[in-house]
Amino acid sequence: MQIIETGNVAAALGVKLARAQVIAAYPITPQTPLTEKLSEFIESGEMQAEYIPVESEHSALAICIAAASAGARSFTATSSNGLLYMHEQIQWAAGARLPLVMCVANRGVGAPWTIWNDHQDSISQRDTGWIQIYANDHQQIIDSVLKAFCLAEEIMIPVMVCYDGYILSHTHMPFDVPDSEIADAFLPPYRPPYALDPADPANLNTVTMPDGRPDVRGDISPGYMEIRHLLQHDMVEAIPALKRVEERFRSMFGRGHDPYVEPYRCDDADYIAVSLGSLSYQLHDVADALRAEGVRAGVLSVHLYRPFPDRIIAEALNRCSGVIVFEKALSYGYQGPLCSDIKSALYRYAQGKPFVTNYILGLGGREITTQDLYEALKVSCSPDGGAGEETRWIGLKIPAGGTQT
Amino acid sequence: MKTTILDLPEEELIEPGNRACAGCALGIAYRAGLKALGRDTLLVVPPSCLTVLQGLYPIAATKLPSLNVTFASTASAATGLLAALKVTGRTGVNVAAWAGDGGTSDIGLQALSAACERGDNFVFVCYDNEGYMNTGVQRSGTTPQWAITANTPLKGKMQPNKNVPAIMAAHGIDYVAATSAAYPLDLYDKIKKALTYGGVKYIHIHIPCPPGWGFEPRYAVKLGKLAVETGLYELYEIEKSQLRHTGASLKLMEKRRLLPVENYLRAQSRFKTISDAEMEKIQDQITRKWEGYFKSSEEAQGGE
Repeated sequence: MQIIETGNVAAALGVKLARAQVIAAYPITPQTPLTEKLSEFIESGEMQAEYIPVESEHSALAICIAAASAGARSFTATSSNGLLYMHEQIQWAAGARLPLVMCVANRGVGAPWTIWNDHQDSISQRDTGWIQIYANDHQQIIDSVLKAFCLAEEIMIPVMVCYDGYILSHTHMPFDVPDSEIADAFLPPYRPPYALDPADPANLNTVTMPDGRPDVRGDISPGYMEIRHLLQHDMVEAIPALKRVEERFRSMFGRGHDPYVEPYRCDDADYIAVSLGSLSYQLHDVADALRAEGVRAGVLSVHLYRPFPDRIIAEALNRCSGVIVFEKALSYGYQGPLCSDIKSALYRYAQGKPFVTNYILGLGGREITTQDLYEALKVSCSPDGGAGEETRWIGLKIPAGGTQT
Repeated sequence: MKTTILDLPEEELIEPGNRACAGCALGIAYRAGLKALGRDTLLVVPPSCLTVLQGLYPIAATKLPSLNVTFASTASAATGLLAALKVTGRTGVNVAAWAGDGGTSDIGLQALSAACERGDNFVFVCYDNEGYMNTGVQRSGTTPQWAITANTPLKGKMQPNKNVPAIMAAHGIDYVAATSAAYPLDLYDKIKKALTYGGVKYIHIHIPCPPGWGFEPRYAVKLGKLAVETGLYELYEIEKSQLRHTGASLKLMEKRRLLPVENYLRAQSRFKTISDAEMEKIQDQITRKWEGYFKSSEEAQGGE
């Protein structure tokens, strides 16, 4: 069924279709309408789930962690400082190998306070052991939520579905709501490999020594490092697993998208702009404009950020001569994290070694005009586009230490 | 009804030979407490001495399913277990959280308060050994005034301890109790009674700690009893807002004779720097408090 709704409603409908059983959330802008919508579904009886209003994001994820440990399909959502407040629990959920799904309506972080969009919140959770999927539009949001549960439960790793706060969370867009019967077939009820149960007691997440210790039968169990290595191993396995999920989704719903990257006019491109989230579609217009001027520009949108599909990304960028990474996040003191990741992938896999340059933009909701993108890309789409400073800022009105120009 | 040692269930839910320190009173409390909770129980444990007692992966000392969680999230995790039991249609399973005093009165208080406000149905046990003991004896919100800890090393703690049961009672929950590892039957009866109520039930257990308090391991029970017999620590329950003393504290009400608090304080090296004047002040506070109890008890009897 085709409807016109906000990104938050798309996410809520995805959670409803996934039949999440336990939902715990703390209201935080801009994800608030998502959890309000879920409360509405549950109170009206449209959805069977336990909704637990909590006093903090830390508790929201605590509830999901415990509920999943006892066998319930669990969901939460947050953004910005709420996500940062969860950080300890985010690490815990991944270490405990719980198939949680969380939506993040991306937003900048304080201080100073900002409520507007950028990607610093979820990017700062990059190394926690969660899968991170970035959706570019409402259709991708609702579909990704369903796929996220499927993937998480197959490999027992939690998944974050990220989408731009306000730009996607609060805007209306048409999208198709998957048929609920097909959704049920796509995502059957959660069957946990283990659920806390008095009939089969276990002590979960207990203190684990650097080296494995013998159990009561004398068999050596894994130490902390083996357990963590398994997480890394399975994270990498999530790359092919996501493809299988995507293929199943496509065969059942008759639509889908490349789960890793979304290339636009990349086949013959000399220069490729790379970004996460809705910014990619704005870059499409800029690439078109440059193409009209005879510059062979393309755009690569990265959907799967962790695990990082490095070979796939390097192959997509391999044949061009310049890569321009546009980012709404920063590793302070260095550069945009996606830029570093892309350079690392190219170093490993690319033969031609295109130059890589980096633009930081849109922090704390600073407007990104298509004109700004056009001017930046026009400068960079040239054989010496990689010269000069590697990381530049777009849209700055007052340079550091300077005055307004 | 009072349980006697002959009535206690024989089944042990905690194995002997666990990793607790020699003379740790937590072992006594946990043993009796798990008997009261019964086999159909899911446990939540934040980092604490109990994490150590329960053992290192892959061996566990507890026969009940137990979820280790982050420090601040004990009560919320208990809520999560309840939610999962509900949505998966499992009934007749108790949920109980066992946190230390720091995990309850400091870092865990926010989540616990929220669970009380929501009325989530679980037993929350705070085993109070009056400090962060397994990390090397640091001060917590329940460390008593003048106690020497790793971060109050010379003069002792300057501030009095929080009254956590009173904070919990202020939430208007149906059952709050204070008990002690030195009186395992009192503890057992209180947890049993707690299970008859809905919402969060709060059980505070005084746990003498040989290395943290500075006494010989063989004196844990003696210290626990002295705390009660001097009137410093009280055994009581607040059932639907009605406070009443129980067990040895109830006996004090009848006998009207408290042992000098000096007997308790001087038996522990953590109070070695306390001055006579400070000790007298503590004695005065206890004496005044109990005279108040005696008086209101007389008034109550006179009114009958």
